[in-house]
Amino acid sequence: MSSSLVNQIRALARRSTLKTLRQPFQLFPIIFFPVILLAVNASGLKAVVNLPGFPTDSYISFAIAVAFIQGAMFSLINTGTNLAEDIENGFFNRLALTPLRRVSLIAGLLVGVAILGAMQSAVYMLIGLIAGAHLDAGFGGVIVVLILGSLTAVAFGAIGCAAALRTGSGEAVQGLFPLFFMFIFLSSSNLPRNLLTTGWFHTVATWNPVSYLIEAFRSLYIFGWDGAALVRGFAVAFGILGLALIAVDRTMRTRMQRT
Amino acid sequence: MSGERHDGENGIEVRGLVRDFKGGVRAVDGIDLSVAPGEIYGFLGPNGAGKSTTVLVLTTLLPPTSGTATVAGLDVARQGPEVRRAIGASLQESALDPFLTGREHMRLQASLHGIDRAETDRRGTELLARVGLTNAADRKVGGYSGGMKRRLDLALALVHGPRLLFLDEPTTGLDPQSRAALWEEVRRLAGEGVTVFLTTQYLEEADVLADRVGIIDKGKIVAEGTPAELKAAIGRPSVEAIPQDPGDTARLREVLHRFGEEAAASPKGVAARLPEGVGDLAEIVRAIDAEGIPIADLRLHTPTLDDVFLAKTGRSLEGGADEDSEAEEQAGDEVPAQA
Repeated sequence: MSSSLVNQIRALARRSTLKTLRQPFQLFPIIFFPVILLAVNASGLKAVVNLPGFPTDSYISFAIAVAFIQGAMFSLINTGTNLAEDIENGFFNRLALTPLRRVSLIAGLLVGVAILGAMQSAVYMLIGLIAGAHLDAGFGGVIVVLILGSLTAVAFGAIGCAAALRTGSGEAVQGLFPLFFMFIFLSSSNLPRNLLTTGWFHTVATWNPVSYLIEAFRSLYIFGWDGAALVRGFAVAFGILGLALIAVDRTMRTRMQRT
Repeated sequence: MSGERHDGENGIEVRGLVRDFKGGVRAVDGIDLSVAPGEIYGFLGPNGAGKSTTVLVLTTLLPPTSGTATVAGLDVARQGPEVRRAIGASLQESALDPFLTGREHMRLQASLHGIDRAETDRRGTELLARVGLTNAADRKVGGYSGGMKRRLDLALALVHGPRLLFLDEPTTGLDPQSRAALWEEVRRLAGEGVTVFLTTQYLEEADVLADRVGIIDKGKIVAEGTPAELKAAIGRPSVEAIPQDPGDTARLREVLHRFGEEAAASPKGVAARLPEGVGDLAEIVRAIDAEGIPIADLRLHTPTLDDVFLAKTGRSLEGGADEDSEAEEQAGDEVPAQA
């Protein structure tokens, strides 16, 4: 009796989604943390729209992009923590004792993350809409935001998986949060790169891949369809995902030594 | 130790099995064992003796360092996927997701084994009823008691109809009622032809449940046989009497010596080994009474598996293993999830 790859992935994706949706303490920060930060930034920094060269007169439309990245960072923590808990409590071994393929385990988790990533992106868009953010790219932009939000969540979720497989510790995974959050602050999250006048900060933001993810979301809100920004954003998301999957593959071989 | 080969499809054959971990820790040190189809084999040993590492190797979760092991006629090192289809396992902890219900666990496990939805629902309902969880089937597992979790764990291990079942310390932490219920279920499974490999640190569990017992210490099997054989091999029962008046100790010793050689006793008592078994007991009581020696306490001591362990290792199994647990715990750092 052999289980098909698709059935295995579907079963694990369902479990991954249910597990997160049934933990309000995981959902709460995903929804509220980015919204609170957005509210704080929007009230404190709204005057920057008056700077010469600022690309829009709506700071909410400019800043909403950061929420999608923050949500993806939470995917890293939640996915990694959930997998680490499975390792710690032996659930991982339960799965390893079935005909489950290694690729199904990670794919199942990440499909669950993709679904949740799309859901959280929809929530951020809705909150942005209520707060007055305007999505210049229209309905097509909604679809792209959902796809890019989902992909970004998967990319960061894969980093969480690699960390969980490497350490087997939920606490260690959670310790990554401040580190990854630094990437947001050292990016073009609060100002466009052309207005970052401090030399070192401009350099760091230019090399920081998170800047390009933010700018891809932002382009859809402010400029409509900016092909170059979208290509850079998707390339960064796929690049992070690719590197994370290589790390997942290596750590999985150590963690799951079954014959 | 049995040297028989069991080529039946449900047996286990282990020869010279070794498992080393980083830092030179040898958790399993060249063990040989045979488990016959349909047998309940009790693998008894203190914490850190190598029980769980052996189970992880036999269930394919860890490759052996050297030696051979076949489970259901399949090589655990080379035929991992086939072995996993043939076996069910309930490992040391109740590895369950607290946010899923019992029924959702059954569905997940069945899906991963490739069982279709209709069959999954039928088997799930049947197994949940079998382990007494029908009423709790749609409740989240986070609210289950320890006994309920263990029973669900067992049901999950059975969802694909395995021929062999590995139970790693299945009753640790359970109350006596839950323990007895699990024993009953294990006996029922063995009656249905399922081979059961059971690790335990409870002497009573091995004694009551297992057809044969292997005792492991520091990675080596130090004794193997039926519980009765193992106990018989280390000696006859002994009787110990404690006089009310310590001044009667010498006379009491003389009476008991008529029935057998002196055995170890508590500081206030006198003991004799009974070469003819417990049949002499009534006569001993009559003889003490005839001498007019008032007795404060009279105890019959039959050998236990702890005595077997003591005889083989020089240490008691009950509470005497903490220093050894370190090796397997260190090894556990390198083990995928638990050892």
